[in-house]
Amino acid sequence: MKYALFLGCNIPARVDQYDASARAVLRQVGVQLKDIREFNCCGYPMRNVDQKAFLLSSAVNLALAEKAGLDILALCKCCFGTLKEAEHILKEEGTLQKEVHGLLAQRGLKYTGTIQIKHFLSVLYHDVGLDTLKSNITMQYKDFKIATHYGCHALRPSKITQFDDPVAPSIFDNLVEVTGAKSVDWTRKLECCGAPVLGVNDDLSMNLAKAKISSGKKAGADYLCSACPYCHLQFDTVQKMMVSQNGNNPLASVLYPQLLGLCMGIDEKTLGINMNQLDISSVTSFLESGEENAE
Amino acid sequence: MVFTAFLYASLIIFALGLIIKIWTWFSRTIGTSAKQIPTSERVSAAVKGIFGVVFSPKILTLIKVFTLDVVLQIRILKEDFLRWLMHMLIYVGFMLLLLMHALENFISEPLFTDYYSTINPFMFLRDLFGLMVIIGVGIAIFRRFVLKVPRLKTSAMDHYAIIILAVIMLSGVLLEGAKITSYTEYQAMVEDYADLEDQDEIAALESYWVQNFGTVSPNVQAPFDEEVLSMGKDLHEASCMDCHSAPQWAFTGYATAKIIKPAALALDRAGTSTILWYIHFLACFIGLAYLPFSKMFHIFATPVSLLANAVMEKDKSDPANIATRQVMELDACTHCGTCSLRCSAASAFDALGNEYILPSEKMTFLKTLAAGKKLSARELSAIQEGVYLCTNCDRCTVVCPAGINLKELWFNVREDLVQRGCPEPLVLSPFSFFRGLNRENISTEDYARPLADANRAVAGKFEQVMDPGTPISFKDREIVELNQLPSTGTFSYCFGCQTCTTVCPVVAEYENPLQTLGLLPHQIMNCLGLGLVEMASGPRMLWDCVTCYQCQEHCPQNVEITDIFFQLKNLAVKNAGKVVDENSPDLEAA
Repeated sequence: MKYALFLGCNIPARVDQYDASARAVLRQVGVQLKDIREFNCCGYPMRNVDQKAFLLSSAVNLALAEKAGLDILALCKCCFGTLKEAEHILKEEGTLQKEVHGLLAQRGLKYTGTIQIKHFLSVLYHDVGLDTLKSNITMQYKDFKIATHYGCHALRPSKITQFDDPVAPSIFDNLVEVTGAKSVDWTRKLECCGAPVLGVNDDLSMNLAKAKISSGKKAGADYLCSACPYCHLQFDTVQKMMVSQNGNNPLASVLYPQLLGLCMGIDEKTLGINMNQLDISSVTSFLESGEENAE
Repeated sequence: MVFTAFLYASLIIFALGLIIKIWTWFSRTIGTSAKQIPTSERVSAAVKGIFGVVFSPKILTLIKVFTLDVVLQIRILKEDFLRWLMHMLIYVGFMLLLLMHALENFISEPLFTDYYSTINPFMFLRDLFGLMVIIGVGIAIFRRFVLKVPRLKTSAMDHYAIIILAVIMLSGVLLEGAKITSYTEYQAMVEDYADLEDQDEIAALESYWVQNFGTVSPNVQAPFDEEVLSMGKDLHEASCMDCHSAPQWAFTGYATAKIIKPAALALDRAGTSTILWYIHFLACFIGLAYLPFSKMFHIFATPVSLLANAVMEKDKSDPANIATRQVMELDACTHCGTCSLRCSAASAFDALGNEYILPSEKMTFLKTLAAGKKLSARELSAIQEGVYLCTNCDRCTVVCPAGINLKELWFNVREDLVQRGCPEPLVLSPFSFFRGLNRENISTEDYARPLADANRAVAGKFEQVMDPGTPISFKDREIVELNQLPSTGTFSYCFGCQTCTTVCPVVAEYENPLQTLGLLPHQIMNCLGLGLVEMASGPRMLWDCVTCYQCQEHCPQNVEITDIFFQLKNLAVKNAGKVVDENSPDLEAA
């Protein structure tokens, strides 16, 4: 199993631990990754401004992956959703599509739609499989409650993203429960984290985040769990900012590969446990050793 | 005399230039953060900073960076081998020529007692170094004009750098070739060193030099008699040999001599050597005098940038030193285009055509901006878009061979530009995410202003068209932009169930959503159904939309609401841009 790893822009600059922990986990379960240096922005932030800029930016990545003959594995849900959207648009024919194909050709690239775009969680769930994950897990969590945050751009529009059931998704919950943690039901599970309007309307952005955090707390979650740098930054860096203002106790976010990696016995340093802005070191206290687990 | 005058004149200009340039590092400002720090404070902070580093363990970092990044240029090697080869050839070749050849009176002669430019190894080395530079310049020309490295833009300064180097090098080689063949030169040397009276001896030495040293004589011509040559050889050994190695060792000059041989006599009579000598020296002097003002100044600024950035940290370093460093970094930029090649947002340049999206072009522009250039509204709007259309992925900073901390530069300049009152629609996109994360570094007032400006601009005539007193106009039904994608027609399926508005988390967030958001999602669909595109593209709803796709997912009629919102936003941005264009003559920004 080999994929072209699509990191996007946020991860290398601000959420390095997601990159490192995802690589470590994937290596453990035998997934190979290829870094394509020419990958550029997925086009997500350009969507508000210019359709052509978004589509070209996205298409460049699709064409590069196609050239390498590899499916894309995206870590970011906004990148994933945007690439899927571009794939969808490029299936149609039209003036804009023609223009974009022309611009690709100028760069010696071509996109015909032969590759697949997958999110990290989908790869773990569908391609690697829960059984393989289980066989790699050496320690499990006990009495540990996790609120899974699905992320809008992976779930919806479901016709295009085809990530999971948009109303009652289960992939992420299953992936979390493999680790022994319990995935709690919470009312705001499928709602937006607020990141798309951070910097545009901060009150709105933070209120949406706050509502999610309270909902997670109400459900008794020990941690939020995310698999997207935007969502993670919102629950980590932005929540830290909010906490410093309102003095509330945070409900920190742990990245899924960090959560899973600890169960696989990957060391905390590799997983960047101390690189989150909010302290998540107590995650390890929920782990019990493999021997006990086997009994 | 002329030589000395020119030398000193160019040296003086060079020295003054150096002082002026370094002075600008301390006196100019970039962005808003440096405005309040006086020059004196910046100078003292720099002195303090330098001493602080030199007498601390950080000196080891400096030594490491100096060896790897300045001398061996590993950062370029990591990027591209051909480029590294090009730069090493030019820089090593030129430095060695400068030290051994140009400064021979000061360096080579005192260092080597047997130094003489026409004997080996020095004669060979001079040609070798020269050839290195020529090959390097050749690669530079090849990369820029034949290979056409993507997004490598060539400015006047790049042309100048290539031309001045090429002129210095080629005139040097030609001069050497012309001197080898020159009979006048030969005669002058014979007069000075051999002092021959006997006609046979004169002819013999001349024959020997024509045969073996490439001299082209009007008097004697090959083939020569063995005896004459043997006599010439004796004379040569007595008078010339000590200072002349075989000319083949000066391989570039010798090759030139062979090529020009048929025309050598005419060239010699025309005083070609002298002309070339002047060209060679003048080019060197011009290069020297203009160096501080040209791209070549990077030979000073780039090492400083590499070293400074190796030991400076954003939150720990003195803000005065960061201000100074940021101005210095503009001089350290060699316009090599690495940043633009690796820029994550650069595809937007291909789509939108705004050069300022490319980091390397932003740098070029910033140089003029820091020098105090006034911006027209059109320029401001273009550079603002370029600076804001950045995903803050930090790749430019990671790859810059000059070690320039571009990410901090962008942040600083971005704030300065968006505060100038020209509305930038990009601030209403996820490009603002990074600004949001950094809001604690910006005052509340400054943080809000660009957002308010942009919101006003993208709203267009929304308030006007929403005024119950304004008659509804249906003229915007003809707008074609909305029919570009097949998805856009879906608004016509809307049967008004309002599910979109009911599931919208943004609508749910407000107590009085209609007042805050202008129009609710289903109302926007209604507007489109009626062909009221201007009304539909104006409400705040579009920009507060978190693009969570709840509306689209739940629409029983499959109306692609979120995607239609994107299109309406694109349209509003286009219209806001037109307003800037129309107003540009009277919107002079400081």
